[in-house]
Amino acid sequence: MTPELQQIVYLSFILMLAIFLGFELIAKVPATLHTPLMSGSNAISGITLVGALVSAGAEQTAMATWLGAAAVTLATINVVGGYLVTDRMLAMFKKKSSGGAQ
Amino acid sequence: MSSAVIINFAYIASALAFVFGLKMLGSPATARKGNALSAIGMLLAIVVTLLDQQILTFTWIAVAVLIGSVIGVLTARLVAMTSMPEMVALFNGFGGAASLLVGWAALFGGEASSFVAITIVLSVLIGGVTLSGSLIAWAKLSEKMPGKAITFKGQAFVNGLIVLTLVLNAIWFVQQPVGDSVYLYAVIGVSLVFGIMLVIPIGGADMPVVISLLNSYSGLAACAAGFVLNNNLLIVSGALVGASGIILTNIMCKAMNRSLANVLFSGFKAVKTSTAKVEGEIKPINCEDAYLVLEAASNVVFVPGYGMAVSQAQHVVRELADHLENNGCQVRYAIHPVAGRMPGHMNVLLAEASVPYDQLVEMDAINPQMDQVDVAIVIGANDTVNPAATEDQGSPIYGMPVIQVANARTVFVLKRGMNAGYSGVENPLFYKDNVRMLFGDAKHSVQTIAGEFAA
Repeated sequence: MTPELQQIVYLSFILMLAIFLGFELIAKVPATLHTPLMSGSNAISGITLVGALVSAGAEQTAMATWLGAAAVTLATINVVGGYLVTDRMLAMFKKKSSGGAQ
Repeated sequence: MSSAVIINFAYIASALAFVFGLKMLGSPATARKGNALSAIGMLLAIVVTLLDQQILTFTWIAVAVLIGSVIGVLTARLVAMTSMPEMVALFNGFGGAASLLVGWAALFGGEASSFVAITIVLSVLIGGVTLSGSLIAWAKLSEKMPGKAITFKGQAFVNGLIVLTLVLNAIWFVQQPVGDSVYLYAVIGVSLVFGIMLVIPIGGADMPVVISLLNSYSGLAACAAGFVLNNNLLIVSGALVGASGIILTNIMCKAMNRSLANVLFSGFKAVKTSTAKVEGEIKPINCEDAYLVLEAASNVVFVPGYGMAVSQAQHVVRELADHLENNGCQVRYAIHPVAGRMPGHMNVLLAEASVPYDQLVEMDAINPQMDQVDVAIVIGANDTVNPAATEDQGSPIYGMPVIQVANARTVFVLKRGMNAGYSGVENPLFYKDNVRMLFGDAKHSVQTIAGEFAA
């Protein structure tokens, strides 16, 4: 096997395990929390920010820098906005006993 | 230890934080901590990435992160809970766009092998579809464009042509993967068009499905970008998000008794019309009489719909519920899976009105107990309580699981007039013997009844 082929197999292996893990984790989330789950997992998809940081900083061509900077901005909105709004929602979920009203 | 090793260890810790964060989202009691844990994982990943020697232009990053953070904080603070689906759609679009740009920017890093070129095409394609599809979903949900399905003659043909163009340009690009390849520009352009074409034929009622599907796409785009950059953390996180979107999509489809293919392509088919005749008579009730019935009730179930949330009636509903509880009555809320504009949306809207989450009951749990309920109060919900779904085989919503309110001893339906619901289907519920119609603005009616209790 060429090194690249080996790399592909290795990455696919990780992908497969992560998908299974994802199904196991998320199938157990009750319907009550589906909206926070969605906005929370959407914030996680902002992990693309890490990729964007590498592209923005790699000091290659001007074009790559521009693309990277735009990607960092968009991904940051996704991450910061996503986590904050999820927190805002979850803060509203209250149990009866904990003095429910207001 | 080299910085690459440190970074990769930190990435493992981040991935763990995401996994445990999602696990803790499984219960309302731990969900908030779970979200915080996940955010810490994200922060860690970002900080160690910045430590990488490759990164030199901190100014760029600082400016971009600052702009993004300000926009993110402002939107998260200001968005109304009813507009949550629009906002999630928009954020999905940004995530997709970022993945598109990351894939594209990676091309300038030097020689790209065919494998890398293929993954670049994938991240650009999925990112592009996510971006434009999300923008259309956002426009439809925020009523910046008509919410109903948009179809035209030859739509299937046009879509086929789009897919063909995409495949051809992708192949040409992979053969010569350079940053300013016209074929890449073509892939970007066509995938944006494709995203639009995928979402315009989907009508407003199916939006929860679209939102969760786009959520899944934004994860897949990050996953593809991970393959481009050879980055495990992106692959793992993207896969987690992709899986969550798929599961929610599946739940939404089941709740409407439809397949994903059916939702995606339903705009192309003619709508079935029901032939069943609705018989019986409408029996109205006024607030005073409704109060007398409720005063005697010991078990009440509210069945809220999106209409209730839009008119902000959930606050007065909770007020009425408090009166009922003080009167020794058990109060619960029956939540249909597609109530609201995204999965679980109604729960958030009720939580905003300080309705305790342990009073929210899912459809499958409440239906078997419906015959022990004294009064079911339907507010702004129509299609999700329509018995035609179980009784009328000719109905377009036949087979869709509904909340069987008709099994309760008495049903109050709060409604302005006799108009059909979102799906445009006639509702035989209104004509049943145990159903009373309380006409008028729901918020006002509930307020009046609550006022009787207070008096």
